[in-house]
Formats: sequence, C-alpha cells, structure tokens
Amino acid sequence: MKDKHLVLTQAGMEFPTPKGAFCALKNVDLSIAKGEFVSIIGHSGCGKSTVLNMIAGLHKATSGGVLLNGREVNEPGPERAVVFQNHSLLPWMSCYQNVELAVKQVFKGQKSRAEMRQWIEHNLALVQMTDAMHKRPDEISGGMKQRVGIARALAMEPQVLLMDEPFGALDALTRAHLQDSVMEIHADLKNTVIMITHDVDEAALLSDRIVMMTNGPEATIGEILKVDLPRPRDRIQMADNPQYNHCRHEVLRFLYEKQRKVEGLAAANKTGLAETQSRQEKELA
Amino acid sequence: MSAVLLKLKQASPAEWSGEQWRNRLLGSFFPALGLALFLVLWQVGAQQVDTSLGTFPGPLEVVEQWSNLVDEHQQEAERAEAFYERQEERNAALLQENPDAQVRWREFRGRPTFFDQIATSLWTVLSGFLLATLIAIPLGIVIGLNKHVYNAINPVIQIFKPVSPLAWLPLVTLVVSAVYVSDDPAFSRSFLVSMITVTLCSLWPTLINTSVGVGSVNQDLKNVSKVLRLGWLTYVIKVVIPSAIPLMFTGLRLSLSIAWMVLIAAEMLAQNPGLGKFVWDEFQNGSSSSLSRICVAVLVIGVIGFLLDRTLLLVQRWVNWDKSSVAR
Repeated sequence: MKDKHLVLTQAGMEFPTPKGAFCALKNVDLSIAKGEFVSIIGHSGCGKSTVLNMIAGLHKATSGGVLLNGREVNEPGPERAVVFQNHSLLPWMSCYQNVELAVKQVFKGQKSRAEMRQWIEHNLALVQMTDAMHKRPDEISGGMKQRVGIARALAMEPQVLLMDEPFGALDALTRAHLQDSVMEIHADLKNTVIMITHDVDEAALLSDRIVMMTNGPEATIGEILKVDLPRPRDRIQMADNPQYNHCRHEVLRFLYEKQRKVEGLAAANKTGLAETQSRQEKELA
Repeated sequence: MSAVLLKLKQASPAEWSGEQWRNRLLGSFFPALGLALFLVLWQVGAQQVDTSLGTFPGPLEVVEQWSNLVDEHQQEAERAEAFYERQEERNAALLQENPDAQVRWREFRGRPTFFDQIATSLWTVLSGFLLATLIAIPLGIVIGLNKHVYNAINPVIQIFKPVSPLAWLPLVTLVVSAVYVSDDPAFSRSFLVSMITVTLCSLWPTLINTSVGVGSVNQDLKNVSKVLRLGWLTYVIKVVIPSAIPLMFTGLRLSLSIAWMVLIAAEMLAQNPGLGKFVWDEFQNGSSSSLSRICVAVLVIGVIGFLLDRTLLLVQRWVNWDKSSVAR
C-alpha cells in the first residue's frame, strides 16, 4: 500500500488539432510512494509538463487516469500544490499576503487567526524569507520569488508537492542554493515531491528515482533509475561519488544516445504541441 | 515614518542640492518656453484675423475679460446679498405690523455668472461620469469573465460606441420629459438630460477596457486560483480586478475626457445651463467683448479638462499596484 500513494495508470493525453488528434502522451504507468522524491526528465516538448498538469488536475487525462490514495484526480486542489516555473505570485500582494491567500483558503475554519499567522510565518521562515516577507514580488529577486512560491505551496500542507522546472529560470548559484533548501525541507517534512527538470545534475542530486521520458509524439516513460544514495547529500562530496556519477552517466546516456533528439522532427512536434497547448489554454479560460 | 520625513525634507527647496536645482529649473524651462512661444504666436496671429465682431482677441484682451467676468460674479453675489437683506427687512416689518401676516420668502433669481456655469458643468460631468463608471465597471467585469456574455453584448457595444452625443440628445430630451414627471423635482430636467447624454457617450471606453483587462488575466494566475480552489467571488476580488486595474484606469481616463467634451457640446445644443450655454450665449450676443469671453471659456474648459485628467491620474497612482508602470 505504501507504494501506491500516487498511481498513474495507462495515462494518455491527446490534444485536438485542426489536423486531427495529437497524441502527446501514451501509456504512462507510474507508482510513487509516500515521501518519495521523483524527478521527471526529458527533452523539451516531450510532455513532462503535461504529466505534471495531469497529476495537478489542470489537464484531464484523455485515457487512463491518476489516482491519489485510491481516489481519482479530476480537478485541481491544494492537496496537490504546484510550484510553477515562473513563481506565479500575485504581483499586487506582498509575499506574506500571497501565502496568506493560500492558507486562508486551505485552513478556513480549522485554524484560528493567530494560528494562521504563525503558520504563514513558519513557512516563510522555512524558505528563509522572514526578512522580506512584507515586500511585494517586484521588489525581490527571482530566487526569492521562487522561494515564496515554494513557501506558498508548502503552506497548503500538500500530500504531493508538484514542481514544474522550479529552478529553470534562475542563475546557477541561486539554483544550487535553492536545491539545498528543497533537500532540507524534504528531509524535515518527508513529503512526496514530483519535480520536472531538464538538469541532469539536479535530478541526480535531489531524487530517489529519476523518470526518463522518451521523445514525443506519443511520449511515454522510457526508463526509471533508482538513485541509491544516502541522505543528506552534499553536492561537493557527490562530485567524487562513483554511484552518483554512475546515475548521471545513465541519465545522460538515455538522453543523448537512446533518445537523441532529431532536431527537424522535434521542431515540427514542438510547434504542433504549442498550437494545441494554446488552444487548450483558451478552452480552460 | 523616517522615510516620510526624509521625503518631506527633500521636498523643501532649502534642502535641494545644486543638481536638484538644475534639474528642477531644466524641468520647468521647456514647458515655460513652449507656453511663451504659444502666447507670442497667438498675439501675432490674432491681429491678422478680422471678424464681424472686430479683430480676434489676443492674450491681453482675454485676461481683461477674465477679470471682468470675476467682477461680474462678485457684483452678482453682492446683489444677491442685498436682495436677501431687503427681503428679510421687509418681512420682519410685515410681521411686526401683523404677526399673522402671510410673508413670502423668495429665492434670488439673478443671471448665472460664468462661475455659476462652471460649477454646473463640473457637477454635471462628475455625476454623468460617476453613473457611467457604476454601469461600465461591473458590466465590463461580467463581460470579461464570460465569453458568451461578451459575444452577446459585443454587437450592441460596437453599434452604440461611435454614436455622437448630438444624436443622443433629442432622444434623451424627449424620454426624460416623458418619464421624469414630478411636482417637486430633485434634479432639474436640463441637468438630467445633460448628465444622461454624458453617461451614454462616455461609458464605452471604461466598459471595453475593463472587459479586456478582465479577459487577459495571466494563465499562470488562473492556474494558481484553480489549485487553490478559490471561490468565484474571491477569484474576482483578489485576482481578476487587480489584474484589470491598469486597463480599467486607461478606460476611465478616456471616458472622463470624452465626458467633458460631450458635456460642452450637449449644453450648447440643448441650451442647458453650463459652460456650453455660456459660449453659445456669447456667440448669439455678438458684442465687442464676446470673442474674448469665448476665448476665456475655451481656456477654462481646457484647464478643467486637464485638471480632471490629472486628478484621475493621481487616483490611478494611488490605487495601481504596478508602481513601475509610468502613468502619464
């Protein structure tokens, strides 16, 4: 039962296009245990984000489905909090108010006003944002915004934390710093995390398992690699760790030998996918 | 608190550094130069134009008429005061003779002065603009949120948007005369006609901009709202309206400037009290000072329009979350 916390069964996704249905994902089968840290990696346009959106409930699988604790996922909800790639904070609210919006929504009637306040401050402290918590997003750096985005997601006390390339838009130093923070938080809270990434080092350092996706169309899971490294992991020690380097090697081999991207084909797929995604967004709107 | 104090300190000229002085002087030099050039061109150009009412007035004649208008206003105020004094004396005397006497209290009915007309116009334009805003913003939000409502209402908007105030005026006049029948009216009919015409012409920019602003909420913020399962009302208040505020204000400022332009035209055509009527009366009057007085009115109309826009700009700066956007 422990292994069946979150289950994707034969999940597939087709987007309608003017030229007929475009099959982005097919037969995605994945079981994730409670407390596990799973990375999904693949070339851009392979449907990583679609998998995440399916779990989040922002997209509904057109075939198969997603089960969380045995219940089907068919709409978004705070028990599957999402950290978006571009932080997605409300620009007219301070960091505190952004987290407050989430906390008020999730713990309405469960926590007193003082408890909520404490909980908001606790979560901001968790990402080291106590000093700047009353600043607005346009007054803080990109890394800090992403921290607040993580604090907001954590404050929902999610069963699964979904992160969509959370550090993709950050510089290397900030990224390393935030990766360490996420590892600490994960060690503390032991929550289930699914992270989309295109960074091999990031995947190997943070994950318990790395899910490698094949190229689209009809993308699916190619291989799953278990990262059997003790925690806490230190990025400097890892650099010389043979096991760590073996993992990196495996992922790199998958990405650049087995699933080498054919540029022309990939470009064509990408435009097709972009079209369908923008259509999808319009429909959602 | 200390930040405020610091700002106040910097605001006082005694604390300005040499560079600040230079920037301020440079900042006011070019606007002053522009105005001065305009006045010279006006003076020179005006002398070349001969009308049936004499030479076109230059700035000096206009300033003179302005002070005449101020004097007339003061005289009219004194006359009103004298009238009330006389009335009070007369009625007091009557009551002393016979405590049961029926005394009448009349209101002073003098000619409205230039400044009375300004007050009327301002009051009318603000009422009309407020009514337009109260209709346009809620409606704009509803239209922006729902594609079907938008598609249903859009044709009507597109047809009525370009209608000139002059076309609305006869209809509004007739409808108000027919519908607004009361022995003791709270508002005069002419006020209602002007105001409704202003509303009908000025609500479109706010309506359209609000609906566009509401419709263009960032997809990521929509996703956040979905993950949080925000209720409809919370979503509208916390996400949709703040997103739409910059465009909403663009619409409001367009609406207000249209409202002011439309009002003057409506007052001229309908002979409703206000600055428009002042201009029309002077035009019909045709005395040697009429042209200068119309020029005074034109300048005052321009200055008031400018001040109205600035006021709204201040409100926008205060309300808008996006302080980095340069509002001008």
